[in-house]
Amino acid sequence: MWKTILRRVLLMIPQLAILSVIVFVFGQMMPGDPFTGLITPDMDPLVIEEIKEKNGLNEPIPVQYKNWIVKILRDGDFGRSYTYKMPVATLIGERAKNTLWLSLLTLILTYLIAIPLGIYSGRYQNSHLDKAVIVYNFVSYAIPSFILALIFLLIFGYRLGWFPTTGSVEIGIPKGTFAYFRSRLHYMILPAITAAILRTTGTIQYLRNEVIDAKTQDYVKTARSKGVPTNKVYTHHIFRNSLLPIAAFFGFTITGLLSGSVFIETIFSYSGMGELFITSINSRDYAVMNTLVLLFGFLTLTGSLLSDIIMTIVDPRIRIE
Amino acid sequence: MSKNGTGIKAIAPKIDEEALKSVSKVPSFWKVLKREFKVDKLAKTCLVILIIIFAIVLIGSFILNQEEIMKINLRNKYKAPGKEFILGADIGGRSIAGQLLIGGRNSILIGIAVTILTSGIGVVVGLIVGYYGGKVDSIIMRICDFISILPTTLLIITFVVVIPKYTMWHFIFIMTVFYWVGMTRLVRSKALSENRKDYINASKIMGTSDLKIMYGSILPNISSIIIVDLILSFAGNIGIETGLSFLGFGLPPATPSLGTLVSYARTPGAMSNKLWLWLPASLLILVMMLCINYVGQAFRRASDAKQRLG
Repeated sequence: MWKTILRRVLLMIPQLAILSVIVFVFGQMMPGDPFTGLITPDMDPLVIEEIKEKNGLNEPIPVQYKNWIVKILRDGDFGRSYTYKMPVATLIGERAKNTLWLSLLTLILTYLIAIPLGIYSGRYQNSHLDKAVIVYNFVSYAIPSFILALIFLLIFGYRLGWFPTTGSVEIGIPKGTFAYFRSRLHYMILPAITAAILRTTGTIQYLRNEVIDAKTQDYVKTARSKGVPTNKVYTHHIFRNSLLPIAAFFGFTITGLLSGSVFIETIFSYSGMGELFITSINSRDYAVMNTLVLLFGFLTLTGSLLSDIIMTIVDPRIRIE
Repeated sequence: MSKNGTGIKAIAPKIDEEALKSVSKVPSFWKVLKREFKVDKLAKTCLVILIIIFAIVLIGSFILNQEEIMKINLRNKYKAPGKEFILGADIGGRSIAGQLLIGGRNSILIGIAVTILTSGIGVVVGLIVGYYGGKVDSIIMRICDFISILPTTLLIITFVVVIPKYTMWHFIFIMTVFYWVGMTRLVRSKALSENRKDYINASKIMGTSDLKIMYGSILPNISSIIIVDLILSFAGNIGIETGLSFLGFGLPPATPSLGTLVSYARTPGAMSNKLWLWLPASLLILVMMLCINYVGQAFRRASDAKQRLG
C-alpha cells in the first residue's frame, strides 16, 4: 500500500509543475510586476529600473520562472500584496483560517443532514419521507449555488433577520472571549448551511442506493436470522458498510468546498480566501491572485490524493501496482 | 404429393408476420421517450414550460430593439415595477424585462454553444480513445485527469481578466477548454465496453473500416446516453456561465447575461427594497435549471430499461 501512496505522491509533482507554469504564464500576461506594491508615485524611474535589474526582472523568462519557483520553495516568498501592503503569505494565512472554520462547519452540517436522510430514505424506500428526500435531492442538485445563497440571504438574512448578512464577526468584541466565539458561529451558520445543502446530494444518493442494495445482501439476512433487532442491523451492519465509500469521497468533498467558497464567501461577504480572490482580482492585485490559484490547485490535488489514499485503505482491490 | 402438401399446411399455425415483427422489434429511443413523457406528467409540464420560456425569450429578444433597451435614461433610475416598466428599471433606467429577454437569449445561446462544442470534442475524442485504446488512450486520459484537478473557476476568472479585448468567443473558448473532459470520459467508457461485444468483432473480421465501425456501429448504440448527458451538461453550462457572469467574470459587459442581472443583488438596497432588480432573473434561472434537469432525468430513465416508468 505504501508503494501505491508513494507513486501517487510522485505523480503529483509533474501536475504541480504544470500548474505552476500555467500560473506563471498568466502572471507574465498581466500588467505590472511583483514590485508594483512597493512603488510610490514620487519614486525615480531610474530607481525602479535598478530594483528590477537587481531582482532579475530583466532576465530571460525561463530564468525568471526558475527564480520565482526557488523563492517560493526556499523562502515561502510569494511576493507582496499591492492593496494590503503586506506579504501575500501573511495575508492569505489570515484569510485561510476563516475559510478553514467555515469549511469545517459546512462539512459537519453536510454529514449531519446527509447521513440520516440517506439512511432513512433507503430504509423506508417509497415512503413519504423517501419521496420528500428524492425531491429535496433533485432540487439541491439542480439549483445553482449563487441562486440558493441569494434566496437564503434574502429570506433568513433580510426578511426574517435571523442571521447577519455580511461579514465574519461582529466588530468590537475582544478576541478569545466566549462572546467572540458565539458571534463567529452566528456569522458562519447561514453560509455553512447553504454550502452544506448544496453538497449533500451525492452522499444522500449514494447512501440511499447502498442501503437499498444492502437489504438483500447475505450478511444482512444472516444478521436478521440470528435475531439481531432491525434497528441494530441498520445502525451497526448496514451503516458501517455503506459509510466506507463515503469516507473515500471525503477528499473530493474538501475540494468541492474550496471551489464553492468563491461564490458562498462573495455573496455572504465572509472574509475568507474565496472572497479575497474576488476582491484581489477586482483591484488587480496580481500577486495575491496568482498565489491563490496556485494554493487552490495544490489543495485540490491534495484532496484527490487524500481520496485515493482513503480509497486504497478502504478497498484493497483498487491498489495500483 | 398433394396429401403431403395439405398435411403440412394443416400443421403450420397461422402466423401474422406483421404483428410478430412489430412485437419483437426493439422500440426506438424516441418511442420509449414518448411513452416516458406520457406517464410522467411532471416531465411533460417541464418540457412545455421550457419550450414556452425558450420561445418567449428567443422571439422576444429578436423583436426588441437591443440598443433602445440598453440606452441609459437617468430619469427612470430604479423605477419600481408599474405601468411604464413591467418589471421596473435598473440604475441606468433600463427596463429589467427587456434585459431579461436579451440576457436570457445570451445565456441560452451560450449554453447551447458550449454544450455543442464540448460534446462534439468529447464524442470524437472519446470514441477514438475508447476504440483504439493503448498509448493514445493513456495520454488523453492523463490530460483529462490533469484538467479535472485544476481549480477551474479560478483559472477561468484569471483568464478573463488577463485577456485583452475580451469577447464572448473567448469565454466560449475557455469554457470548452475545461469542460470537454466529462463527455470524453463518458463516451470513452461506453465505447470501451461496446468494443468488447461480438457485433464489433464480427464487423472487424468482415473488414469494415475503423471509421465506419466507430460512427456507424458504436455511436448509434451509445447515442441515447450521449443525448442524456447533452441535456444535463446544457443545464450545467448555463449554471456555470450565469454564475461567472454573476461574479462579473463571465460574458463581457456588452453582452448582458442572466447572471449579470442577478449580480444587481449586490448593489446597496437591492436586497431590502429593490427586489425587482434581481429576483426575476434568479427565478428564471431557477425555473430553467429545474425544468432542464427534470427533462434530462426523464431522458435518462428512457435510456435505461431498468428505470423506465412507462
